[in-house]
Amino acid sequence: MALELPNFALLAPQIVIALAALVLMTAGAFARERWRQWNYVVAQLAVIVATLLTVFTSGDPRVQTTFGGIFLVDWITLVVQLFIYLSVFAALIYGRFYLIERGLERAEYYALVLLSLLGMQILTVANHLLLFYLGLELMSLALYALVAFDRNHALRAEAGMKYFVLGALASGLILYGLSLIYGATATLSLPEISSVAALRPGDERVFGFGLAFLVAGIAFKFGAVPFHMWVADVYHGAPTPVTLLLASAPKLAAFALAFRLLVFGFFEYAHYWQPMLMVVAVASIVLGNLAAIAQKNLKRMLAYSGISHVGFILLGLAVGVVEGNHQLALNAYSATLFYAIVYAVMSLASFGLILLMARSGFEAEWLDDVKGLNQKSPWFAAMLLITMFSLAGVPFFVGFFAKLAVLQAVVAAGYLWVAVLAVVMSLIGAFYYLRVVKLAYFDEPTERQPLIASSETRVLLSGNALALALFGLMPQGLMSLAAYAMIASL
Amino acid sequence: MTLTHYLLLAGALFVISVVGIFLNRKNLIVLLMCIELMLLAVNTNFIAFSHFLGDIHGQVFVFFILTVAAAEAGIGLAILVVLFRHRQSIHVDDLTELRG
Repeated sequence: MALELPNFALLAPQIVIALAALVLMTAGAFARERWRQWNYVVAQLAVIVATLLTVFTSGDPRVQTTFGGIFLVDWITLVVQLFIYLSVFAALIYGRFYLIERGLERAEYYALVLLSLLGMQILTVANHLLLFYLGLELMSLALYALVAFDRNHALRAEAGMKYFVLGALASGLILYGLSLIYGATATLSLPEISSVAALRPGDERVFGFGLAFLVAGIAFKFGAVPFHMWVADVYHGAPTPVTLLLASAPKLAAFALAFRLLVFGFFEYAHYWQPMLMVVAVASIVLGNLAAIAQKNLKRMLAYSGISHVGFILLGLAVGVVEGNHQLALNAYSATLFYAIVYAVMSLASFGLILLMARSGFEAEWLDDVKGLNQKSPWFAAMLLITMFSLAGVPFFVGFFAKLAVLQAVVAAGYLWVAVLAVVMSLIGAFYYLRVVKLAYFDEPTERQPLIASSETRVLLSGNALALALFGLMPQGLMSLAAYAMIASL
Repeated sequence: MTLTHYLLLAGALFVISVVGIFLNRKNLIVLLMCIELMLLAVNTNFIAFSHFLGDIHGQVFVFFILTVAAAEAGIGLAILVVLFRHRQSIHVDDLTELRG
C-alpha cells in the first residue's frame, strides 16, 4: 500500500496559528522580560499570516477536503474564518493598552487567545464529529482560562467558574447528542451521517432525541434563552478585552458549528430542529431586550443585547425549510451569515468604546461612565452614536439591513407573527441603546479626565464604527459575499 | 447484557450528573465531579455503541474524551484555586458577587 500524504497546504492557516501559540507558550516560560513586547507582534503576525493563507489556499475549487475527508474547506469556511481573524486582530489591538496598564500583558494571554482562535478555526473546517468536539473544547477551554486570567480580582475568578461549569455542561450535552447520533448511524463522518439520515426516515426517534441534545448544547454555546444564565455574569466579570473577544469571534464559530451540524448533517431532519431553534430564538429576542432595559452596567446591558442578537441569528437558521420545501433555504441562511458577521463587527465597536474610555483604576463599565462623552470627545461620541444606532437597527446603519434580511426570510417562510414580535421587541430594545446615546450627549460628565487610549485603538475604533455606517449605506457587497458563500458551499 | 442495559446505565449516570450540577448548593468540587461523571456517561454510551455496532471509531473517540476531560479538570481546579484565594470558601452559594 502506497503511503499517501494528506494535503497539508489546505490546513496551513491552522498550522500557523498552532505553531505561534506554542512559540508564545514557550516564550512565556523562558523568554527574558525585555522581550515581552514581541509577544504582541508574534500573535498579530500569526493572525495576519493565517488570514493571507486562508485567502490564498481556499476558494478554488469551491469545496476541498483533506485528511481522508475529515477536514472540509469551502466558501463558508473562508468567509467565517476571515471575520474571525478580523475579530481577533481587532480584539488584540483594542485590548493591548488595557492589559499593559494592569500588568496583564503576558505571553500566556496571547497564547490562550491563539489557542481559542485555533479551536474556532477547527470548528469552521470540521467535517467529522470528533473534530467538532475537539474544536469546541479547544475554543472553550482557552476562553475559560482567559476569563479567570486576571487573578487579582475576585470577580474574574467567579465569572470564570460560572463560565467553566455551564460551558462544561453544554459540552456534555453536545457530546451526549453526538454519541446517540453515532449509535444511530454507526459513523462519525458528517457526510456519511447525512446520507444515512436521509435514507432511513424510520429512525426518527433516536435522531430526534440526539438532535434535542445538540440544539440545547448549541444554544448554550451561543448564550440563547433558556441557556443564557452565564452570559451576563461572564461578560460583566471578565476583563473587558476578554469580553470583547467572547462577544465577537466565538459567535461566528458557534454559527459555523450550528450550521455544519444541523444543515450539513441533518438537513433532512429540519422539521425536528427548526421548531426547537424557533422557540429558543423567539425567547432570546424577547428576554434579551426586556432584561437589557433594567441593567445599569454597560457590559451587562450589551450581554443582554447580545442575547437578543443571537436570537436573530438562530431565527434565520430556523426558517430555512418550509414544509419540506428547500427553495427558501439559501436566502434564509445567507441572511443568517450576514447577521452573524454584522453582529460580530458591532460588538467589536461597542466593547471597543468601553476600552477606549477605560484607564488604570477605571473600568468605564457603568452606564454613568458614558455621561458627557460628547464634551470630552465629540468625535468618539459620534462613533458611539453610530454603534448604538446600528445595534438598535436604526435605518441606514448596517444593523438595520441585517435585521431586515432575517425578517424577510421569516416572513417568506410564513411566520408573520414571529416577524411582528421581533420588530416590536427591537423597538423596545431601541430604548436602551438610545439611552446610552442620550447619556453621552445630554448629560454632564461625572468626571473630567480626558481619554488616554492609544492611537491604534483610536484609529481602529473610528474605522470600525465608520464601517458600520458605510456598510449601512452600501450593504450590497457584504450581503452578496454571504450569499455567494452559501451558493458555493451548499 | 444487551445494548439497552448499557444505554440505560449511561442515561442514568448522565441524569445523575446533570441533576447534581443543578441541585448541588454546597461544594464546587462536587460540581467538578458531576462534570467528570457526565463525560464518563457519554464514554459508556460510545463504548457500548462501538461494541454492538462492531465499529472501532467510537472507542477512539473515547480516548479523546478522556484526554479532554483531564484538561478540563485541570482548568476547573485552577480556577477553583484562584477563587479560594479570594473567598476562603468553595461554596456554590458564595458565588453571588455578580448579580444584575
